[in-house]
Amino acid sequence: MGDFFTVASLVFVVGSGIRLATPFLLAGLGEAIGQRSGVLNLGVDGVMLLGAFGAYWTIYETQSPVLGVFVGLGVGLVMGVVYAVITVGLKAEQGISGIGIFLFGLGISDLLFQKQVGTPFPIRGFGDWHVPLLSDIPKVGEMFFQHSVLVYVAFALVPAVAFLLNRTTFGLNVRAVGENPAAADSLGVSVARVRTTTILMANTLAGLAGAVLSIELGIFQQNLTNGQGFIAIALVYFGAWRPVGVMGGALLFGLVSATVLQWKTLGLVSGAASSLTAMAPAVLTILALVVISRTVGQPAALTRPFERGH
Amino acid sequence: MGEWLRDRLARVAGPQLAGLLVPVAAVLAAFLIGAVMMLALGANPLEGYWALLEGAFGDVDALADTALKSMPLLLVGIGICIAFRASVINIGGEGQMIAGAIVSTLVALGFPDLPRVLLVPLVLVGGLVGGALWGALPGALKAYSGVNEILSTIMLNIVAVQLMNFLLRDPIMDPYEKEHGRLPQTERLSENSDLPLLPGGTRLHVGILVAVAMAGLAYVLLWRTALGYRLRAVGHSAAAARYAGMPVKRTIVAALTFSGAMCGLAGAILVFGSESHRFVTDGSSVGFTGSAGFNGIVTALFGGLHPLWTIPSSFFFGGLQFGANAMQRAVQVPAALIVGLNGLVVVFVVSSDRLRRVVGESLAQGRRIRSGESIDG
Repeated sequence: MGDFFTVASLVFVVGSGIRLATPFLLAGLGEAIGQRSGVLNLGVDGVMLLGAFGAYWTIYETQSPVLGVFVGLGVGLVMGVVYAVITVGLKAEQGISGIGIFLFGLGISDLLFQKQVGTPFPIRGFGDWHVPLLSDIPKVGEMFFQHSVLVYVAFALVPAVAFLLNRTTFGLNVRAVGENPAAADSLGVSVARVRTTTILMANTLAGLAGAVLSIELGIFQQNLTNGQGFIAIALVYFGAWRPVGVMGGALLFGLVSATVLQWKTLGLVSGAASSLTAMAPAVLTILALVVISRTVGQPAALTRPFERGH
Repeated sequence: MGEWLRDRLARVAGPQLAGLLVPVAAVLAAFLIGAVMMLALGANPLEGYWALLEGAFGDVDALADTALKSMPLLLVGIGICIAFRASVINIGGEGQMIAGAIVSTLVALGFPDLPRVLLVPLVLVGGLVGGALWGALPGALKAYSGVNEILSTIMLNIVAVQLMNFLLRDPIMDPYEKEHGRLPQTERLSENSDLPLLPGGTRLHVGILVAVAMAGLAYVLLWRTALGYRLRAVGHSAAAARYAGMPVKRTIVAALTFSGAMCGLAGAILVFGSESHRFVTDGSSVGFTGSAGFNGIVTALFGGLHPLWTIPSSFFFGGLQFGANAMQRAVQVPAALIVGLNGLVVVFVVSSDRLRRVVGESLAQGRRIRSGESIDG
């Protein structure tokens, strides 16, 4: 039985919370871009699984984490093309087709894992990169500046995505297409092209999120994500479609998970009670959804396929 | 029977011939892709699919096991029909199944000594109630707080899984396991709550009759009651329904409540129809439900969102799930392939609406051009 409220323990929780938040953050940022353009992608979890397996298998075969990351990105991109054809080209119902993508990813990643690898064999990841100088700051360095390079990339994407959405012409088009596709179309913005681009970005980031998950854990197994992709979608609503908000939600989920793990390690809570704690982020998200739905509007054209003259 | 029969006949006889063919074509297309995958993995697809069909439908025992597998798919599928008909996207089947399992298990643990004729119906009602509660919650959140039901149901899935894990690891954990094995499961539940087996010497139990009866009831609900009319009217156009004076909000809550009740019943049947007669968790929702909460969406779509057509549809997909094990043994392709192909079926069915229109339009255009009309005319 240890004490949770020691400096060392809290520093550890913050550090691992940030690490655990990374896949949520990457997938959530991608989903936010897509939703700002009016596209809901419920298939994130399936794409993450495929990306996670792609990265795992690549590293398993080649021992190269860098190559693994690129395969994760590539798998996401390919799934993005598929989803763009389905939702932009064929204008299918987004909520349901996303579930199809999820089942596809769930089954196929499991199939390939069983067939090509079989037993969970640990792979080599990136190792932690200590940021020069900053990582030497006592406590703070340990919490924020001694992570895998993938963690820094994910958090660096927060301002990048915010800039893209709020300060560029492309971002303006994305928001216009998400709010009023007919008006955007009449001004000469190609709704199909903008949405295809955001879908490709969203799925590529989901593939990366999966890659980060398997690389950081060093393993793959059936249903590795265990619903993390679905949580990432909810985080977009939680964060009111803003990258910083998504980051806040991702950190909340990451920190709560890390806290529960630490409590278990220290023997402060039983396994049973830790299940109760693990539901806290989901309950908080529901409450946040209630508040947000009253105060912030979602992109007006979310889930609506666009057709000229309708 | 009138409306749907007319609808179906019109499809077969009329210009919308493609309407009936879509689900079939979707499955064929998915299995074609599956065959390519099998070839890529070095297996013989014909041999694999033959083993699958034989394993699923080959003899009486196989048919009974297929029926067992299709039971949760049917009940969830019925629930999905009800929700989707009201344009409510219920992604919470998994959580509602768990909620139904929890309440029904509590009933069995609370009244283990009730005679079987009372306890069996009571645990099934427990399942209905648990699922209904877990469906009514996102329904009320959608109707009265404007919370998107897709998100709230996903979150409630997570809450239900953790609630299940908590209960099975402490309050209702098997006392023996608590001391020794630490397996998160209940004790063997009262024998009076076992679902009676059907005659014939198979493992098939009355759950299948309950599920089929529910499909009939759901059909009556949707097409023969005022509430069902309102559900479909709201699904067609909430604004028009409101203009016609219908209580749209209450109707949305009702849709998710009934939908959840069906899923909850599926959860109860999984527990009391199981071989071990225990409620067991491996920590994930898939471990308990076998993804039926999601796969029920597949069977409902394949059945054209019609409860009665969802019966053969569920039987077919249950067969695929069960036969997949035989396929795995025959050609060493993991059964997970079928989960992936189910996903493709969903994608193809929902994409086909547009595809059908595009094809139909170009055919019509071709006819006009041939008959000398202008395209614009």
